[in-house]
Order: sequence, then structure tokens, then C-alpha cells
Amino acid sequence: MIELDNVGYNYGGGELLTNVSAQLSPGSFHFLTGPSGAGKTTLLKLCYGALSPTSGRVRAFNMDVKGLDRNQMALLRRRIGVVHQDCRFLDHLPVKENIALPLTVAGKDLSQEQDNLQELLNWVGLSERAHANPPELSGGERQRAALARAVILSPEVIIADEPTGNVDWEMSQRLLQLLVELNRMGKTILVATHDLALIRAAKNQVQTRVLRISDKRLQLAGADL
Amino acid sequence: MSGGRIRRLVVGDAQADRVVPPSGFTAQLTLFVAAAMAFLAVFALALSLASGRLADRWADELARAATLRINAPADQRAAQTQAALTVLQQTPGVASARALTADEQAALLAPWFGAELPLDSLPVPQLIEVLETESGYDETGLRLRLQAEVPGAVLDDHSRWRKPLVDAARSLRRLGLFSILLIGGAMAGMITLAANAALAANAQVIEVLRLVGAQDSYIAHAFVRRFTLRALIGCGVGVVLGMIGVWLMPAASQEGGFLTGLGFVGWGWLMPLAIPVLGAVVAFVATSRAAKKRLGALT
Repeated sequence: MIELDNVGYNYGGGELLTNVSAQLSPGSFHFLTGPSGAGKTTLLKLCYGALSPTSGRVRAFNMDVKGLDRNQMALLRRRIGVVHQDCRFLDHLPVKENIALPLTVAGKDLSQEQDNLQELLNWVGLSERAHANPPELSGGERQRAALARAVILSPEVIIADEPTGNVDWEMSQRLLQLLVELNRMGKTILVATHDLALIRAAKNQVQTRVLRISDKRLQLAGADL
Repeated sequence: MSGGRIRRLVVGDAQADRVVPPSGFTAQLTLFVAAAMAFLAVFALALSLASGRLADRWADELARAATLRINAPADQRAAQTQAALTVLQQTPGVASARALTADEQAALLAPWFGAELPLDSLPVPQLIEVLETESGYDETGLRLRLQAEVPGAVLDDHSRWRKPLVDAARSLRRLGLFSILLIGGAMAGMITLAANAALAANAQVIEVLRLVGAQDSYIAHAFVRRFTLRALIGCGVGVVLGMIGVWLMPAASQEGGFLTGLGFVGWGWLMPLAIPVLGAVVAFVATSRAAKKRLGALT
């Protein structure tokens, strides 16, 4: 589904990632871990085409990401739902419209999507906050709203960058539960985190693989997790 | 531009329109610039049309008319006038020749000397109005013959003073049209600046839209529609104010000459209505180019 083949990435001359190879097969659940600044977010961006590798090749849905034009890239991003660490909402729109944003830009008729939208709001537990603006939300609510936005187009892959970075343990478990449910629905999940407790909790529920970035390279984490 | 795109531009999409937050100063700037430019364009158009009418009228009058002036002593004036009329009637290319009556000559002098002018007591030359055929007459030959047979006759074909005036009126018309082009260019420049400012101010919005799968055309459309409608509304207001201004100007009169004829005539009143449409087209092109350039620069 997403395949990294000897991918390297340089930030202004400095090498951040080198010879990174990985494959996200359909329905898999991967964690990406490593120290701060190791390149987790960069690797995620390479996966959904926000960055282009300086060497190697990234393939998504059997397409070379580097060869996609701007319109094709936009269409690719509709097939990969992304939850950003800072959520990235349009603060002038209420939560419900932010969650519906992928539908809006895809030209869907929102009046016909109201039931799905309401169902999604119920699923992430935000039906009471649908008309609040993003700055009024707590950290956990923002992450759940971001997750709802990421899945509204029913993408095949969901990528989350530190989704539990700014929430308490209880909320991180709730978010994990949502991701596990998505995985059970057949979605491919890739989560970047340095929260080892979250990884252990996930391992108790679904089959996961843990990838660790260390010394610019990607390794399969051992049984210590 | 396809019919679908025009329909989307006009009808819009309420949901898509909300994606870009309303931006205060660029909206006001665009409206003000469009209104001011449209106001000026109405006057430039009025100037151009009035100059065109004047040039056409003067050129028409110049085309086939001449005046023969008989400067002879009072006792010879009638004889020389008759001789001149005989020469003119025999000249190929002269359609008609007619001596002005005393009343007509007095009317010509009335604006300067008043209506009660005692023409008999003044050494006023006799004027003969000459109208040419389409082929015209041999001016040099006529002058030579008049010189020989009517010593007091002076042929004035009007070109000496009318032609520079016609040239000036035509230059004024070109100047008016050029002013409209300059106004359009200045408006395009200002709207491009405003659009660039709006695009820069909404960089984060654009980034979020791209992350959730928006294509460049969708993002550009959100800005282009907004600026096009603002220009249309602003130009509409400017045109209405400009037309009121032109309507309030004094009506054309013989005494006022060119200055009082500076307005629209008949169907000419409909011409300013094209300005808002042209303004919207200018805004559409300017914003489309600005959006395409800025979005193209993003990775």
C-alpha cells in the first residue's frame, strides 16, 4: 500500500534519513518511534507526499509519489487520512465544518452527508461540541476532531503524528481505541509516537509492528516493547 | 472559460466560500479601487465619446464646404458677387454656390456685435457658401480664375482652421480610450496586490486545504470568486456614481461649445454598463494569475 525503498532525506545539506525501507501492507498497524528530532515526522511526510525524498523511492497505491503532478498529489491525499500533532484546523470554522472539510474540497454535497457526519461526531464523542470553534476545544477534543477529519473520506491509510502527545492517559487510551477500531475495519494505520505505554497497550489489542528510527535508519523494534 | 466554471463563479458554493476567512482590508481595498476606477472610466468614456462626436461633426462639415469672401468696395460688391457666382456655377465639382443674405450675415456676426447690427453701414464682405460634389473641384484652378475675374474674392476652404481642430478632437478621443486602458491596467495591478496580500495572509488556510486534498483549482477558485465579485460590485457602484456625475453636467448647447457636450447621447448611456463586466474580467484574470503563481510556488 505504501512502500519506502532505500529512501534518504536531507534537510539543507544535513542527512536526516538514509536507506530507509519499509512496507505498509493493507490492514497493518505500525508504530513509528524514536527520539525527538530523529525524523519521525519527516518519514510520515514522505509517506503522504508532503516531502519528496532526496534519494530512493516512495510508492503509494502502486504510484511513485515523486512522479505525481499537483492534482494527482491532491487525490492521493484524499486516500491517506492524516492526523497532525498540532491538528491544523481552520479556526474560523466550527468543528463540524472542519471535520467536513475533506468532503467540501472533494466537491461532495454536504446536505447528503449529514447522517455520516453526525455518526462520525458521535463516534469520536464530539456531537455536543460540533458547533464550537477549534480554539475552544481541549487537547483531547482537538485530536479526536482531527481523527474524525482524517477518516471522513474513508481513506485506506491513516497516518497519525504523535496523536497522544498533548493529552492525558485516559484520553490517549480513548484515541488508541478509535485507531484500533479503524484498524479492525481494515484500515492501514501508521502512528508516530514516543509513548511506549501506548504501544504496549495497543499490542494487547491488535497485531502491531513497531519501527524505530535510530542513527538515520529504520529498524524493526525488538521484543523489549 | 467553460460554462460550468462561469456558473460556479456566479452561483458559487456557500460551503466553499466559507473556507477562506473574510479578510478586512483587502476586501475594502478592492471595493474602493474598483469603484474609483470605474468612476474615472465613466468620465474617460464620456470624454472619448464626446470627442469622437465632435471630430466626426467637424470632419463632416469640413468635407464639402467652402466660403468665398468678396472684399470689394461697396459700389463693386454686387457686380463682383455676381461674377463670382457665375465662375462658381461654371466650375466642375461645385455642387452649389449661394450668396448669403444680409440677415444670414448679420446672424453670423450677432454673437460678437449683437442682433441690432447696422450691416449696411459697415464694410462687411459678402460671403458665398460653396458646396462641392463628391469628386470636388480643382482648388488651384478655381483660385487662379477668381484672381483673374473677381479681384476681391478670397476662397476659404476651412481646412486652415478646422483640420487642426478635428485632429485635436481625434487626439482627445484617443486619449480618452488610452485613459480607459490605463485605468484597467491600474485596477489589475491593485487587485493583483490585494489578491497577493490575501493569499499571503491565508497561507495557513491554503496549507490545511492542500493537506486535506484540495486541488489548486479549488483553492484558487475560492479567492478568484471573491475578488471577481468584489470588483463587480465596486465597479457597479463607481459606474452609478459616475453616470450621475455625467448626468448632472450641463446639457450640450451652442454657446457652451465642447465643454457642455461632455456626456452620453442615446444608446451611449448603455456603454458604461459594460464597465463592471470588464472590471470583473480584469479582476478574474488578475486574481487567477496571482493565485496560480503563488500556489505554483508551494511544494
